[in-house]
Amino acid sequence: MTLQAYLTLAAMLFCIGLFGVLTRRNTIGILLGIELMLNAVNINLAAFARFLGDVSGMIFTVFTICITVAEVALGLALVILIYRIRRTAVADHLDLLRG
Amino acid sequence: MAASGNFALWAWLAPGLAFLLLSLIVPLRRSGTPAAMLSIVLSAGALVAAVFAWHSAVPDMARRILWEWIPVEDGVLTSVGVLADADSTLMLILVALVSFLVQVYSLGYLSDEPPASLGRYYAYQSLFAFSMMGLVLAPNFVQLFICWELVGLCSYLLIGYWYARPEAARAAVKAFWVTKAGDVGFLIGIVMLWSRTGTFDFSELFEMAQGGSDALAGLGLVMFCIYLGAAGKSAQFPFHVWLPDAMEGPTPVSALIHAATMVTAGVYLLFRTAFLFEQAPEVLGAVGWIGAFTALLAATLACVQRDIKRVLAYSTVSQLGYMMAAIGAGFAGAGFLHLLTHGIFKALLFLAAGAVIHAVGSNDIFGMGGLARRMPQTFVVFLIGTLSLAGIPFFAGFFSKEEILGAAWEGRLTVPFAMLVTAAFLTAFYMFRVVFIAFLGAPAASAAPAGGHGGHDAAHAHDAPPVMTVVLWVLALLAMVIGVGFARSHPEAEFVAPGWITPLAVGVALGGIALATAVYALGWISADWIYRRLALVAEAAEERFWLDDFFALVYRGGILGLARIVGWVDRYIVDGVLNVLSAWTLTAGDRLRRIQSGQAQDYVYGIALGVLILMVWMRWPR
Repeated sequence: MTLQAYLTLAAMLFCIGLFGVLTRRNTIGILLGIELMLNAVNINLAAFARFLGDVSGMIFTVFTICITVAEVALGLALVILIYRIRRTAVADHLDLLRG
Repeated sequence: MAASGNFALWAWLAPGLAFLLLSLIVPLRRSGTPAAMLSIVLSAGALVAAVFAWHSAVPDMARRILWEWIPVEDGVLTSVGVLADADSTLMLILVALVSFLVQVYSLGYLSDEPPASLGRYYAYQSLFAFSMMGLVLAPNFVQLFICWELVGLCSYLLIGYWYARPEAARAAVKAFWVTKAGDVGFLIGIVMLWSRTGTFDFSELFEMAQGGSDALAGLGLVMFCIYLGAAGKSAQFPFHVWLPDAMEGPTPVSALIHAATMVTAGVYLLFRTAFLFEQAPEVLGAVGWIGAFTALLAATLACVQRDIKRVLAYSTVSQLGYMMAAIGAGFAGAGFLHLLTHGIFKALLFLAAGAVIHAVGSNDIFGMGGLARRMPQTFVVFLIGTLSLAGIPFFAGFFSKEEILGAAWEGRLTVPFAMLVTAAFLTAFYMFRVVFIAFLGAPAASAAPAGGHGGHDAAHAHDAPPVMTVVLWVLALLAMVIGVGFARSHPEAEFVAPGWITPLAVGVALGGIALATAVYALGWISADWIYRRLALVAEAAEERFWLDDFFALVYRGGILGLARIVGWVDRYIVDGVLNVLSAWTLTAGDRLRRIQSGQAQDYVYGIALGVLILMVWMRWPR
């Protein structure tokens, strides 16, 4: 398998994630989209690490995964809090920053 | 040498201290009489210091710099301090003396005032004394100009002392405006002089003039600008219109500011900078002509006034014209001498007139009459002042006036000389007109108009309280002593006047007195007859030669019209542009605000789109 194949996969995954972030109305769905985008980055890192023969990319990926877990936990906690306060988790309704 | 500077400095700072105390400690100022006492004591101290400064003064200039001011790249631009020499300390004594006497006199004159406004009066008086002394002692043009403006301010404040009276408020504004018109020229002149020579300092300029520096060549325009300031302050034609109106202020103020000291500041300035004016003889010629013309014009105007203070005011204008004429003739010393003697006897005349007004409650000389019997002391001192002003031998004004006439003759100003002689004749005439009508004539039947001090009338008038009379006698004695002293030994003139000047001067003075006697005392000639014979001049004089109307026209039509145009431009064009700009900003902000939907997904759209555009732009084949 060539590097291009990995990168293409990562790009597709990234676009799917971005599509999810942009189109999902549910906040949890948006979080899932973000996860996909992050994993696309991870695939890129791992692929480059393998093809360049440098292990630091792999180690970096492990760190990213760990931090992503924490981020998801925080994001879900935020969503739950928002739901408790605003009684909704639909992104369209959350427009407190409207100018 | 240093001692003189130190004494002068103390004399200068004493009234400044009084003003500071009175203005900062409000209860003291509102207490009235204690405030007056403080001011009087400090001005007495200033007088003593001034006398010591004069006593220890040396002919050459003794400088005492307080601090250097406005540092520039090479050295300092100007400084603050005193320049004490024989001339400035002599003037200092005059200022301190008249200021002290007037403050004492005011205790009696303004005894009916409420304490708060009496304190205000003395605060102004102290500020005036401080500013005037600063002007007299100024070592450079900058300090002189600052003090010059300060005395103008004090003049404004004191003319408008009874600010509730509309005439007083108007007169104050008028005085301020007219003198300011001259001051603009003065300021321009100073700056132009500085750009020529690079210094404001009198001593340095003096050295340059002595050394015949090239920088002082062709100073005509500069000196004319400086003269404009002096003409505004010293009420020279056509700026003289403010001085008669300034009589709306309290009479002691008129005596101090509008007779003895402030109005002579212009003459003093020209005397002080005579070495510069000598570099521009054409300007000196103009000064002489304008001075003589002013002297004659004001003397004519004084002959038709009914208001005793206005007669004296026009007389002051006329005498200032005399001084200017002498300076213009190139003999500044003669003008300065007349400044000093005039300061004494004109203050005396004003204060005596003040005593009359205080007693009668009116300014109208035709409402007085027969005051000589009821106010004998006032009559005697007024007569002494009148004789001094008329230039009768053995009185203060005689010698200095004769010297001015001689100066004008020696300066080859023949026509101005003739004007001055005519003015001297008129001076004697109009002063004795006042004496005969107000003091010796039959008492006026009608009661004086109400609204004076205490509401007395001429029939029940009596001499002023001792605090005022003592001041009058001091000044009267001074006028006599100076007159007699000059008769015995007088300062050497800078020229030799022809021998016929003295008989001529005395002759015209006696002629004026004789005419006044014939008209007003003996009734040989009817005043109406003269009036009809000189109908044209008399009518013009009644209308003040239409100069006030002319200025009012210029003011209303020119300045107010300009102000209206400027106001319109400001309101509709300057403000309009700003309003349109701010409205646009507001609208644009309102439109831009709508982009912020508050939806996180919209922002992500924006970011994604932006990144896409960036990538396309970076990869675009060029």
